[in-house]
Amino acid sequence: MSMKSLKAQGHELASETAQLVKLNEHDFVKFKDKLDPIGLNPLKPTKIDIFQINVGKMCNQVCKHCHVDAGPDRKEIMTRETMEICLDILSKHDIGTVDLTGGAPEMNPHFRWFVEEIKKLGKHVIDRCNLTIINANKKYHDLPEFFAKHNIEIASSLPHYTPNRTDRQRGDGVFERSIDALQRLNAVGYGKEGTGLLLNLVYNPTGAMLPGPQEVLKADYKKQLFDKFGIEFNDLFVITNIPISRYLDYLIASGNYEDYMTSLIDAFNPEAAKGVMCRNTLSISWDGYIYDCDFNQMLDMKVKTNGTHLKDFDFEALSNREIIIDQHCYGCTAGLGSSCGGQTV
Amino acid sequence: MSTYYKPEDLKKFGNITEFDKELGDKFFDYYGEVFKEGALTTREKSLIALAVSHAVQCPYCIDAYTSDTIEKGCTEEQLMEAVHVAAAIRGGASLVHGVQMMEKTKKILM
Repeated sequence: MSMKSLKAQGHELASETAQLVKLNEHDFVKFKDKLDPIGLNPLKPTKIDIFQINVGKMCNQVCKHCHVDAGPDRKEIMTRETMEICLDILSKHDIGTVDLTGGAPEMNPHFRWFVEEIKKLGKHVIDRCNLTIINANKKYHDLPEFFAKHNIEIASSLPHYTPNRTDRQRGDGVFERSIDALQRLNAVGYGKEGTGLLLNLVYNPTGAMLPGPQEVLKADYKKQLFDKFGIEFNDLFVITNIPISRYLDYLIASGNYEDYMTSLIDAFNPEAAKGVMCRNTLSISWDGYIYDCDFNQMLDMKVKTNGTHLKDFDFEALSNREIIIDQHCYGCTAGLGSSCGGQTV
Repeated sequence: MSTYYKPEDLKKFGNITEFDKELGDKFFDYYGEVFKEGALTTREKSLIALAVSHAVQCPYCIDAYTSDTIEKGCTEEQLMEAVHVAAAIRGGASLVHGVQMMEKTKKILM
């Protein structure tokens, strides 16, 4: 597995334009043509309730499927000034949840200050923690205590409960270190009944296929992780891999791209389309631009409003905007649907 | 035709109704009902389908049910155990006829 991002490799698919060209060069049915007959084109927000902030692309891992193309070589990091603009906006609007993602969000030097300030505003905070950051360096060892102190919801990827499937996607030794991190989170009360400290795991297929039903996979995870490692957790979010960035590269390189796209399109579910997360979420990039979702962010498709930066934040205009769609959107509407909170149907 | 089996034909299975819609529809209705959750889970049924696919040596079925069992959360070990069940039954089906051979042998030899 390469330890370099596509960007550092100078890979063609590091370019957002090249990805969009690839996604549109086949004569697959256009996503908008699927929305037309069900009255969802143009796609509009319902109520904006989640502010998902990507605080930087730096990460201690280089996962094979990463849609952010994150890694140790990515230096894009949100500044404290941009975080202050986020806080100002959050203080003025009824947005209940702040979802922090990256890279590894904890690697941002202002991470802890930012979390504390968001909590002062009474918002619910989710940290998308990759687990291994907790034991990556001594300075992160107290993260479980920090998370618990501020009652941060933790959402952590563990694509499989077997070492080989997880390591093939996330890197050698990641499974073992993730188990250690989960045990550390359990030790401070995360995932334990009655503590109120939420520890949710994220499953995404470790290959070119769609995920199965969330409830079935959750039961497997509960049994396997408890029986083998004594680990407890609250929920399992089942997510479909979106065909962009490194996952798109994997699909093409492994000869699975056309079959995967066909599977997504064949599994298009109108109910899942109604519940897509871009309808209640805004996605903010490390440099303060606003997007419909983290995937549109990585394709550099900014929101369709007059101002696209936090400095021009207009809640009314954003609440009535037309959400930008393209062929990658099939990933969120296949089968039982997919969002950062798992399946939607 | 360069080969009898073409992977893309799997996706055309539904077109079987083109030449006989009534029987085709009946088959797919039946097929859908068979694979619904019942006394057996959908995952158990998928693993049985994978084993049978190997027993009847249907490449379309192997393609479909390899993906399906993995999507339903099965591990590589579970898939291989299912294939060994098929292999054991197929092997056993040959071997058990050895009883017939032995009895015939005993009958005709002094």
